[in-house]
Amino acid sequence: MAISFDEVQHVARLARLELSNSELLIFQSELNALLGHFSDLNEIDVTGILPKPHAVSMHNVWADDIAEVGLTREYALRNAPRSRAGLFVVPTIIEE
Amino acid sequence: MLTELSAVELAAKLRSREVSATEVAQAQLNRIAELDANLGAFLHVSPENVLEEAANAQKLLDSGEGGALTGVPIALKDNMCTLGLPTTCASKILENYIPPYDATVVGRLREQGLVLLGKTNMDEFAMGGSTEKSAYRSCHNPWDLTCAPGGSSGGSAVAVAGSLAPLSLGSDTGGSIRQPASLCGIVGFKPTYGRVSRYGLVAFSSSLDQIGPFGRSVEDVAAISDVISGYDHHDSTSLPNAGMDNSGLKDGTLKGKRFALPKELFGSGIEPGVLSVIHETIDLLKKEGVEFTEVSVPSIAQAVTIYYIIAPAEASSNLARFDGVRYGPRIEGDGHIGSAAKTRGELFGHEVKARIMIGTYALSAGYFDAYYLRAQQVRAVMAQDFEKIFAEFDAVFSPTSPAVAFKLGALDSDPMALKMLDLCTIPANMGGFPAISLNAGLSGGLPVGLQLMGPVMGDENLLQLAYSVERAMPAATVRPRL
Repeated sequence: MAISFDEVQHVARLARLELSNSELLIFQSELNALLGHFSDLNEIDVTGILPKPHAVSMHNVWADDIAEVGLTREYALRNAPRSRAGLFVVPTIIEE
Repeated sequence: MLTELSAVELAAKLRSREVSATEVAQAQLNRIAELDANLGAFLHVSPENVLEEAANAQKLLDSGEGGALTGVPIALKDNMCTLGLPTTCASKILENYIPPYDATVVGRLREQGLVLLGKTNMDEFAMGGSTEKSAYRSCHNPWDLTCAPGGSSGGSAVAVAGSLAPLSLGSDTGGSIRQPASLCGIVGFKPTYGRVSRYGLVAFSSSLDQIGPFGRSVEDVAAISDVISGYDHHDSTSLPNAGMDNSGLKDGTLKGKRFALPKELFGSGIEPGVLSVIHETIDLLKKEGVEFTEVSVPSIAQAVTIYYIIAPAEASSNLARFDGVRYGPRIEGDGHIGSAAKTRGELFGHEVKARIMIGTYALSAGYFDAYYLRAQQVRAVMAQDFEKIFAEFDAVFSPTSPAVAFKLGALDSDPMALKMLDLCTIPANMGGFPAISLNAGLSGGLPVGLQLMGPVMGDENLLQLAYSVERAMPAATVRPRL
């Protein structure tokens, strides 16, 4: 099941990665090589086996509703590339 | 020389006031200044900070309030958040990032008065097995500077192997502590998943990531495990009875201990030189009374495949947070999405982008069942296979890495060969099992690691077994000449 150039472009868009055409071509060949190795997944019978999403199973971890001291606004903003008036400055999301 | 002492020996000398925390810290700083230009173990070292922490540790020691390792220096992989100290994950996308909080493990180290020496080199976002994917500097194996140290926690392994630090912490998602420990000839331990908090560890693959220590002896690794383990309500996967107590570590006999040998980890994928050292060790341990039995775990054949589906899938989600809004530089593009895509496209390295692409593809519409879901089913089969073995045996015994350290750049054109280096270590991450690597000997002058793996929550037993195995193996304490 080979991945087409269009599919690689689609995946890059989903992943929010702006890639040049030459990079897309490299990823296309790398992805296809890797998917070739993945075909061995079907060699194991998994009929009736429940998926294991975690290393050690845990269920419904509840935390007591206790207020804790969190980050101050100043600390939270300290690494932001742009901030103003105590807020993160974000590029335009909704056009006027 | 102070820098050659074990952490436990140093701690005793510090408690008896034979040496001061400042002298110990200064000795390590001198050694770093002398050797790290050629080793590349560290990304950030701030001598003023180190000496300030040492002075604070000395106050604890003087007041008699210190713990088991107070005043002992420790190096940290650069993916653990340190308040006020850079944390870059060896990535350009976190250049100049200074965390506003401490990871839980870092807080525990500070409380106990350990001295943070600096942040160590790694593969970008812990994605790689050689530390060659660091965006900042190359990292060299102390046994042969032209060889890679393994990875992804290569800097932490090199720091301890080269005696730049008596102890360090790394993170292990598919072998990233044990494999570099093996290639650098030291001890590397991945505890049971959930025994050491992941809060403040920059997430790569949340269902596999586990923090653990490097040391030059099992005793040191056991001592630091007691400090870093414990329940943490900030990590919802933290186990309720996570805390370890290895104070009972003792000279014990191996007589009658039962070790399983999965034949899939002794096959053609393992270098002959590695196999011969491991077989010599088996003969040695048989004389100590260990009973070895060959077993078969067919699902091991799929280990690398399921790792390269599950880990990238989780990474593609975890790394979505790097969008140039809250931290890191931003490269302006068309609107929010355009800026995020430009920032990510330019500042992530190739390997990170490749994993995000694989993961995004595996989770995308139409492929989820075939890849991610099926990989999780195979993961369940693999975990069950090992659980059955642990019901009958004390530990699973194998090589840690299929190969010894390789020349820097040697695997650039063979990415699959690099991935296969995780074959022996991945199963422990899949099942959450504790596993440890010890030096078993040398092949062509380079270290060969053996791995012991135990059942979930069997950490203390595993460390006791490793301690006894170490005592029986003369090679366990061989050091590189630098």
